[in-house]
Amino acid sequence: MAILDRTISDDDLHNLLSQRKLPRWTTLATSATAIAGSALLSFFSPVSGVAGTAVFAFLLFIVLQTGLSFAVEGKRYAIDRLATTLLLSALTAALVPLVSILLTVLIRGLNAFNASFLTSTMRNVSPRRPGGGILHALIGTLEQVTIAAAIGVPLGILAAVYLVEYGNRSRLARAISFFVDVMTGIPSIVAGLFVYTGFILTLGLQRSGLAAGIALSILMIPVVVRSTEEMLRLVPRDLREASYALGVPKYRTILRVVIPSASTGIITGAMLAVARVTGETAPLLLTTFLTQSINTNPFNGPQASLPIYVWDQIGSGTPASIDRAWAGALTLILLVMILNLSARLIARASRVK
Amino acid sequence: MTTLINPEAPVGAPLGKSSRPRDALFAGISRGSGIVVLIVMGAIGVFLLWKALPALSANTASFLTTSPWFPDDAQPKFGIAALAFGTLLSSVIAMVIAVPVGIGVALYTAHYAPRRFAPTLGYIVDLLAAVPSIIFGLWGLQILMPNSIGLWRWLDDHFGFIPLFSNEQNIYTRSIALAAVVLAIMILPTVSAISREVFAQVPPGHIEAALALGATRWETMRTAVFPFARPGMVSAAMLGLGRALGETIAVALILSATFKINWQVTEPGGNTFAANIALKWNEAGTIGLGALIASGLVLYIITFAVNMAARLVVERRRDFSGAN
Repeated sequence: MAILDRTISDDDLHNLLSQRKLPRWTTLATSATAIAGSALLSFFSPVSGVAGTAVFAFLLFIVLQTGLSFAVEGKRYAIDRLATTLLLSALTAALVPLVSILLTVLIRGLNAFNASFLTSTMRNVSPRRPGGGILHALIGTLEQVTIAAAIGVPLGILAAVYLVEYGNRSRLARAISFFVDVMTGIPSIVAGLFVYTGFILTLGLQRSGLAAGIALSILMIPVVVRSTEEMLRLVPRDLREASYALGVPKYRTILRVVIPSASTGIITGAMLAVARVTGETAPLLLTTFLTQSINTNPFNGPQASLPIYVWDQIGSGTPASIDRAWAGALTLILLVMILNLSARLIARASRVK
Repeated sequence: MTTLINPEAPVGAPLGKSSRPRDALFAGISRGSGIVVLIVMGAIGVFLLWKALPALSANTASFLTTSPWFPDDAQPKFGIAALAFGTLLSSVIAMVIAVPVGIGVALYTAHYAPRRFAPTLGYIVDLLAAVPSIIFGLWGLQILMPNSIGLWRWLDDHFGFIPLFSNEQNIYTRSIALAAVVLAIMILPTVSAISREVFAQVPPGHIEAALALGATRWETMRTAVFPFARPGMVSAAMLGLGRALGETIAVALILSATFKINWQVTEPGGNTFAANIALKWNEAGTIGLGALIASGLVLYIITFAVNMAARLVVERRRDFSGAN
């Protein structure tokens, strides 16, 4: 046994401790057997089709591996192997839909996605005919999300400043902190209903981009508060004390020292919040709905948006409109992913090394 | 040496009470912003109730136990029984699928995956959370629905003796089961992100102690990780449930809305609070809108309660656990 001239692997160690262990190639052999067995069975059993065969092969693999391990290594290791296999399959089960969604959006989206799609509107375009575009929806989404950010980001940052700098775990601060968490879970359609009942029915606001922006800002606030709060708590207390020692008032300390030193984190959080609300459909359905042509004024009349555009095109249900729906989905997902990735890149670039 | 700074004071508190007006102004503004959160949460309930009352008083049927939805008839008749049933059933099925998978993914990324890949894996699963719900709906309708018919038929053929899986219409599309699968995929990142967070917080000492006693990896998870993370896992599951209850667009696209209570989940039909609001909104009259707002209020109360309970579960641990 060549212990001296090489490092001891797990296998060696187990052998040394006279623990009987399955050799490494067992996994490969077991899975091959399982696939072959399942393929054979698929000829004369209730199991059929590619999916059925794959599922059956998976089950067969689990039984074979656990059985073998049980016989050779004992119960504890058999259970350990079973658990590892199940965890890996959970991961696979999570990744399959993600890959499928991203791939189909890309492939089917490219059918109708081109330069003219991005630069024309649906004005005078029949649902049955190909053509038309998304420019009006893109403008609407950008304006609505900007309004949402203009309301939600300052409010969220200030609320977080209160929680970290002034709240001192007072009852009010604890209540706010708790309800920010609860607010994260509000269904987006309820935010739409709130704007409809509170602003449109009660205050007489029109169905407009502004109403949509207000609804989206309600969904943004808790996200911004949480991320900003986290970032502000990371700012070292010494920085604040140094500022006070120089005689700087507290509000200036917060504005000039605390927030700037946490700024990249705050920006990342705000961008993730923007990304989150960009794809929201339900509140827009109730607060602005749709037009087929450009409305650049978010304060006056209905305005289109990317998610509602996709919703509308799915509703039309013709092959041409389904193509447009996928292309709209591609545009939407690109916008969200760009926001998401750039937020994370900012976070990474500014991380303290 | 006397300490100049009171350690009990909030982070960065100035010495003594501020007499500067701008300081007071800024403190007031930020406190006001915090209070806005409380006001919004309260105002949602107040406005929804206020605008729902006329419809509720015009209703000629019992709001809680009626299934049909005819709010704009001369004799308005509507109730949330079928909506509540569909919402709860689809969300519970989604939870049954998503919680084990989500916790499995979280456990794998937190304690099984090679250290180098773990953050990337976590990020990839989080990407699912960034996919807008309208895209889940489109994908569910166009890709998952045609490809899952075989599965539902197989369940009907071989497990049809269980009422849940039997399908008398032999149509396997636009069903609660399909919506539940899409919901499960949508809440998966919620469940896995929160559980991953608590799994990562397990003190390394607990894990090392279990390993040192000769526990296998799974035994370590069972004896050291799960007991510590249980409240977090419960709360992750409940937050996932909260998200599933309120999901609108994907469900609205997939279900063919009916107002019946039907346990046969693979048959077309079913409805949820949120989907019903989205589908009926543009065709509703005055009473119809009020009825939808009333159903939205019920949804708000349910999700509020679920989210509050979920937060309280974690909150309690934060206070009483000696681990931090």
